[in-house]
Amino acid sequence: MSKLWSSSIGKKLVMSLSGLFLIVFLLVHLAANLFYYGGPEAYNAMCAFMDTNPFIKIMVPVLALGFVIHIAWATVITLKNQTARPVKYKVQDLGKSSTWESRNMYVLGIIILGMLAWHLTHFWAEMQLQHFIGGEATDSPYELLVQTFANPVIAVLYIIWVIALWFHLRHGFWSAFQTIGLDNQIWIRRWQCAARVYAFIVAAGFISIPVSVLLIRCFGK
Amino acid sequence: MNLKLKIWRQKDAHDKGHFEEYHVENVSEGSSFLEMLDILNNDLIHSGKEPIAFDHDCREGICGMCSLFIDGRAHGPDDDITTCQLHMRKFKDGDTITIEPWRSKAFPVIKDLVVDRSAYDKILQAGGYISVNTGGVPDANAIPIPKKDADESMDAAACIGCGACVATCKNGSAMLFVAARVSSLALLPQGKVEAARRAKAMVAKMDELGFGGCTNTGACEAECPKGISIAHIARLNREFLCAKLKD
Repeated sequence: MSKLWSSSIGKKLVMSLSGLFLIVFLLVHLAANLFYYGGPEAYNAMCAFMDTNPFIKIMVPVLALGFVIHIAWATVITLKNQTARPVKYKVQDLGKSSTWESRNMYVLGIIILGMLAWHLTHFWAEMQLQHFIGGEATDSPYELLVQTFANPVIAVLYIIWVIALWFHLRHGFWSAFQTIGLDNQIWIRRWQCAARVYAFIVAAGFISIPVSVLLIRCFGK
Repeated sequence: MNLKLKIWRQKDAHDKGHFEEYHVENVSEGSSFLEMLDILNNDLIHSGKEPIAFDHDCREGICGMCSLFIDGRAHGPDDDITTCQLHMRKFKDGDTITIEPWRSKAFPVIKDLVVDRSAYDKILQAGGYISVNTGGVPDANAIPIPKKDADESMDAAACIGCGACVATCKNGSAMLFVAARVSSLALLPQGKVEAARRAKAMVAKMDELGFGGCTNTGACEAECPKGISIAHIARLNREFLCAKLKD
């Protein structure tokens, strides 16, 4: 394994594996969020389960590490790649040869990271964090969710955030398999299709909740 | 047709370089892009000016010598062709065309639009070959090779080493070039023997020469005059990672 991690492909492997880990996390997060549609009791029970489950407790720091590694390596790779073209083109038209999201993964990542910090203060800081630091967690996570998304500014910014995530995943999902080498001329189209489906499900699932909260607020049940 | 050209001029490798404007008149729509530059150079020579240096050789799309970043795209506004195969009918009368050299740290400009692509030779010297003498042409069925493998290897071997992949990649990555070479050899029995060593050596040399890393944008495949698929990059990743894990 000598010099694997310092090679360009080795660095990308780290991005790929940490990205796949975060892709799985997003599915778990989405599944948990969808308990919202089961009503207050179902949602609060799910949150209580998450707070007490020992596996989840172990996974919280692992998840944080996954984020840190994904972001740190992305920064190292992006800075290194910037040096490969010291003199830029005067005219460059990449619109015909590649997708916008594939060229702007780092920018999308920064948007996602910035909003993530803000998102954590809304929910995680009021819920699970309190259990870790011995504070007072919210009584009803369901109420917290509804009240937070009842603020249209928060809801709209949250939706914009998830849209950035959507585009990030449209490229990131299939790109991860390409980097590992689990790809060929047939599977490349399949992974790309799976990426679009996965990204859409994740984005639509997350966005549906603030939209539902706002609709109920405007029009009632 | 009459055209305005904005062309990168650079005296030598140490010169800072700048854009200069030229006008060419009465260019036939049937002439190739390089013939249009020949006409311009002819005018420049007749008026006692320094002609524009640009690379070219076979002028039939197989040698990989011609380069040029034309209006923001490697080999100009057409697909699956080299610059010598680009015809002026792809432009409109009165167009302004911007012509730049390949831009990459690993491909330094030598003069005007000519860049030094010997970095590719160095990558090939690091492992893009078969060490043993494979002798003369064997009988057709002496070594059975599945049709699928032979086709894929041939597709990868279509690489002419022009550098369009590096030029167009936002990271200046040479992964498609390296992948094409690794793929074309690794798929065949004679090349399989050294596949692991080859992938490691060529990637190490590519990294050392200052090329960027691959972020799977796929721009290289879209601009490759031979349409080489980025699926070959997946094979390179696989060969490289397997080889490193066995170390």
